[in-house]
Amino acid sequence: MNHLDPQRHVRGESQYLDDVPVQQGTLYAAVYESPLAHGVLKGLDLGAARRAPGVVRILTAADVPGRNQIGGIVPDEPLLAEGHVHFQGQPVALVLARTERQAHAALKLIAADIAPLPIITDPREAAALGELIVPPRTHRIGDSGAAFAGCAHVFEGVAETGGQEHLYIETQGAYAFPTELGGVKIISSTQGPTAVQRHAAVVLGVGMHQVEVDVTRLGGGFGGKEDQATPWGCLAALGAFLTKKPVKLVLDRMADMRMTGKRHPYSSDFKIGLSKDLKIIAYEVTYFQNAGAAADLSPAVLERTLFHTTNAYFIPNVTATAHSCRTNLPPNTAFRGFGGPQGMFVIEAAITKAAEELGVLPSEIQRRNLLREGDRFPYRQPAEMCHAEQAWDTAAERFGLDKLRTEITEFNRKNQLFKKGLAVMPICFGISFTKTFMNQTRALVHIYTDGSVGISTGAVEMGQGVNTKIAQVAARTLGISISRIKIETTNTTRVANTSPSAASATADLNGKATELACRALRERLLRQASTEFAVDYEGLTIENEQVLAAGIPAETTWEKLVSSAFLRRVALTENAHYATPGVHFDAGTEQGHPFAYHVYGTALTTATVDCLRGTYTIDAVHIAHDFGQSFSPAIDRGQVEGGAVQGIGWMTLEEISYNEEGKLLSNSLNSYKVPDLYAVPAVLDVHFLDTPGHPKAILRSKAVGEPPLMYGIGAYFALRDAIRAFRPGAALPLVAPMTPERVLGGLYPEALAAHTEETAVAATAAS
Amino acid sequence: MITFYLNDQPVHTAEPAASALLDFVRYHEHLTGTKTGCREGDCGACAVLVGEPAADGQRIAYQSMTSCLTPLGNVHGKHVVTVEGINPAGGQLTPVQQAIVDEGGAQCGFCTTGFVMALTGHSLAETPVTAQSTRAAIDGNICRCTGYKSLERAAAALTAGLAGRPVANSLPWLTERQFVPAYFHQMPALLGALRTETGAAAAPEAPTTNGHANGHANGAAAPVSTSPNGHAQAQNGHQHSPIHPFTHSLIGGGTDMLVQRLEELRGQPVRLLFDQSERRGIRHEAGAGRVVLGAATTASHLLESALLCGLLPRLPAYLKLVSSTPIRNMGTVAGNFVNASPIGDLTILFLALGADITLLDAAGAQRVLPLAGLYLGYKKLAKAADEQIIEIGFPAPLATDFFNYEKVSKRTHLDIASVNTAAWLRLENGVITAARLSAGGVGPVPLLLVRTGTYLLGRELSTETAAGANEVMQEEISPISDVRGTAQYKRLLARQLLFAHFLRFAPEMALGELI
Repeated sequence: MNHLDPQRHVRGESQYLDDVPVQQGTLYAAVYESPLAHGVLKGLDLGAARRAPGVVRILTAADVPGRNQIGGIVPDEPLLAEGHVHFQGQPVALVLARTERQAHAALKLIAADIAPLPIITDPREAAALGELIVPPRTHRIGDSGAAFAGCAHVFEGVAETGGQEHLYIETQGAYAFPTELGGVKIISSTQGPTAVQRHAAVVLGVGMHQVEVDVTRLGGGFGGKEDQATPWGCLAALGAFLTKKPVKLVLDRMADMRMTGKRHPYSSDFKIGLSKDLKIIAYEVTYFQNAGAAADLSPAVLERTLFHTTNAYFIPNVTATAHSCRTNLPPNTAFRGFGGPQGMFVIEAAITKAAEELGVLPSEIQRRNLLREGDRFPYRQPAEMCHAEQAWDTAAERFGLDKLRTEITEFNRKNQLFKKGLAVMPICFGISFTKTFMNQTRALVHIYTDGSVGISTGAVEMGQGVNTKIAQVAARTLGISISRIKIETTNTTRVANTSPSAASATADLNGKATELACRALRERLLRQASTEFAVDYEGLTIENEQVLAAGIPAETTWEKLVSSAFLRRVALTENAHYATPGVHFDAGTEQGHPFAYHVYGTALTTATVDCLRGTYTIDAVHIAHDFGQSFSPAIDRGQVEGGAVQGIGWMTLEEISYNEEGKLLSNSLNSYKVPDLYAVPAVLDVHFLDTPGHPKAILRSKAVGEPPLMYGIGAYFALRDAIRAFRPGAALPLVAPMTPERVLGGLYPEALAAHTEETAVAATAAS
Repeated sequence: MITFYLNDQPVHTAEPAASALLDFVRYHEHLTGTKTGCREGDCGACAVLVGEPAADGQRIAYQSMTSCLTPLGNVHGKHVVTVEGINPAGGQLTPVQQAIVDEGGAQCGFCTTGFVMALTGHSLAETPVTAQSTRAAIDGNICRCTGYKSLERAAAALTAGLAGRPVANSLPWLTERQFVPAYFHQMPALLGALRTETGAAAAPEAPTTNGHANGHANGAAAPVSTSPNGHAQAQNGHQHSPIHPFTHSLIGGGTDMLVQRLEELRGQPVRLLFDQSERRGIRHEAGAGRVVLGAATTASHLLESALLCGLLPRLPAYLKLVSSTPIRNMGTVAGNFVNASPIGDLTILFLALGADITLLDAAGAQRVLPLAGLYLGYKKLAKAADEQIIEIGFPAPLATDFFNYEKVSKRTHLDIASVNTAAWLRLENGVITAARLSAGGVGPVPLLLVRTGTYLLGRELSTETAAGANEVMQEEISPISDVRGTAQYKRLLARQLLFAHFLRFAPEMALGELI
């Protein structure tokens, strides 16, 4: 069935943060950002700004009544800068004014006295200086060092991936209201209502019960509003708490891009060893993660990179070490895939490098080393219900891998100016929060006396269709029409202590909790029916709102059953708790069973490069994906299409660029490009693999949010393949994204080098 | 006073002429279906329809525009349509809305109404509907969730649904099927009445004596604006052209001015040029062998001009690389010239066409200047602040002439060029007798490559000529490294695009020798 929200979306009736009707007396907030990436904050001149028209108050760290601290994993991030500034765009002060225009006008009148300190933007440089967010971590299985000795082929290299701006079309924001009990209510555009609540309570110095966070929906999140919605929620709350007036804070696009973190760029060293029959025997990798100026979620992202070091392959000897490096950039954060894509890119780069050196197709190595049932990941969890080979072989047969390759070879033989390339990208992605304790949630289900149903969970709707899935689960479990069900806003007073909507696990966790609650209610109602009509409880069911006894329609319907249960004082509300069973991980030994299950799939990607201009098109992406038993095919297909295209964007045209001063250069939509209508593949086939799903997945329908993003990695290697068709044997750097500039540089390295000298000469001449 | 119809309601407002239509709609009228995405015309979440009486006066011609960059004054006397203005009663859906819902084209929903309005505008257009044209209608809309495939399916369904639409006078057919509500039938009469009542088909700030009075009105209106929003985004170090404060800023389509200077412009009197009907139109002065355009001609007008497409058959392909449908509906040719961006797409095109511009000053004096002569330095113009371009002319190319335009940007469409270039050549007996070459992104101003052009004279279309021309061109250009690419990349790209011109003119040319 279709997503429920779109009926309202297309009419423009869905309410987002900035659409909430403004309360009288609302003050508008604007954030004064650090103009420097690193330095000692010696003073702030607020005089002129305080005297500016409409300005009511300007808040700094000194105004924080509680603790000036919003670090989620590591307490290393002040809400407002204190003593030092650590990145350009770091919040330093908050202007509160009567209109948004006045608040922004006042920003221009603020001056900060900052004594500059050295700026680091490169993660390897940070690591060399010992600037690490947390101690390095290593996943190890077998003995890679010893194993290399027995390898027929060993190759080493460096692989790099860039950052990625989330570019949720709805920017970050929050709207906070003082409450009569001396607390605050925050309407927040966040994936993590509890995180906003917890940190706001710390900042205000009140109990969490004094902070209510409510979320209706997000205009996109993609991980960017998991932890990084928190500063804005806390700042608005601080303003409302101190002024006793509603405070609205919405970032404009460029401020959002400057001030918030992005997907972590990684620079990695790899070493891969193969037997003469192309079995991968050993793999060593060292990751340097560019964490930015504070921990944010970087340690957790780093951990997931380690969990996805070997992607969909079995490798008996692995040593993977990861460094989270502190630089003077905005703290990088969660982004769909959460470190997994960065880890997978490196193993694919290593395999491609090996294949190129050996003169074989990368797919020769890939196919031969796919995971099989029972194979152990470096963290020791076995691959159970493994569909890696099924996904590959289905994609290869269904979409004609060999035929595609022949056509491409033929095309390349006939064309000098245009070359085509092909890549196969298998994926294996673990589902669950890798922090075991986070795999829990609750659902609060009310049945009203008229038979309508209201459901609250910890899930935040951000376009992924989770509300629709939860409504479907409830309708199926209760045996009633989905039209009777309303999914309420996500609110910390109805469902407390929630995990963020992230890790692809939202529908599984909150769906399961909803299922438990609805089962309990159904049992209660049917036991009531069995008493009322003196029929055997066993064999009582509800289907299409009709109560059936052993399959035969009984005297009562859903509505009658509910009202008679109410009259007999049966509880029509249930609050169920769900915690994913069987997941555990010991960070000490780096071993355990962190994931409920894995999702598999394979994509075939073809691309065409214009070898004169260096431009390109991603022609087709053919995907065979392991959905399990999807009960919302329309929604799930949409997640795969959208995820794949977002991954293609990350690998091709989305290029984050900072200068040495730590200033963001790709700071607006005119300088940072995400895929548009014409940039996406003309063909994007999604085949639903015939897989049984997994009992720990909601109704055996597997999590689908993040895994498809990694199909996009195929676009990078398809382009590389095309460039090498133009320059056979070329040793191209393994650096993403593959922008038109990198493509042209790959096609004409000598010419580019010549011009590099020219410009160098010109520069010296000019200076 | 600015007067227009917003959906089915007349609006009279004293809001500044240079304030953004988006802010008026969202924060003044509280119609929140129109979303704020980027405030620079790059995402389309704020797309609305703007309609004005067609030449025949019998119907209203609607175009999609990004309301974030539409100066409020530019909708004076027009019909502005937001999603609230097309929603059917009783929570029903229009065929456009239904197609998007059916195909799963809305996920988070934040960009959705932009797509709805763009496709509704396309349904209202009097041009034939093809799969291509329907896709083009949404080429200015960015969606971060869906990957567009579901929206493409919706577009395809819509294209099929519009197959039966009458070519002319299609409104009855469309209202019958709830594409738009019945009140659209009254709009020609209502707008007519409104325009007579306000005596203004022309914009309130026409560059005449009343401009000053309006200026005062604006100056007074700005501080007491009831709109809490509408700040321009600090461009984080981006500089814009210095314009003397004592003269009224001139605004055409607003597509650059409202990105760069919204706040500043809201507070000052401005002169709106977009709706000077006498500044529109494209005519062929056959006698003089010249083509003449009014300064308010938009990129869309170029695209719709049978005359231009006849003279430059590949013009549609070139313009597909220039911004997006809504921006092409707004941005004017003169605006692109005066904006003086070193990579102005239209500027590069017209430099190679040998365009000249006619300037009119406040005193009414006119002078003609070669377009290339307009650029003194980065964003420095050989033009007084009170001078406005009123006309653009260029010698009509002959059918036997060669013309080509090339542009490479990080994203092929709706992006700013790393390097763009145009070439015009005339050959006699295989020898180049006249040549104009232009290039953008390779210097502080849009460049007419005079020396490279001269080098070509008397030579043949050969690989040697191409290679030699490149050597001269490399001397003539001076690209710098920026977010659009490194200097060395732009030099290499300029070479490649020069070769691309040659290959376009002489496809049989031996490539191996070139690259």
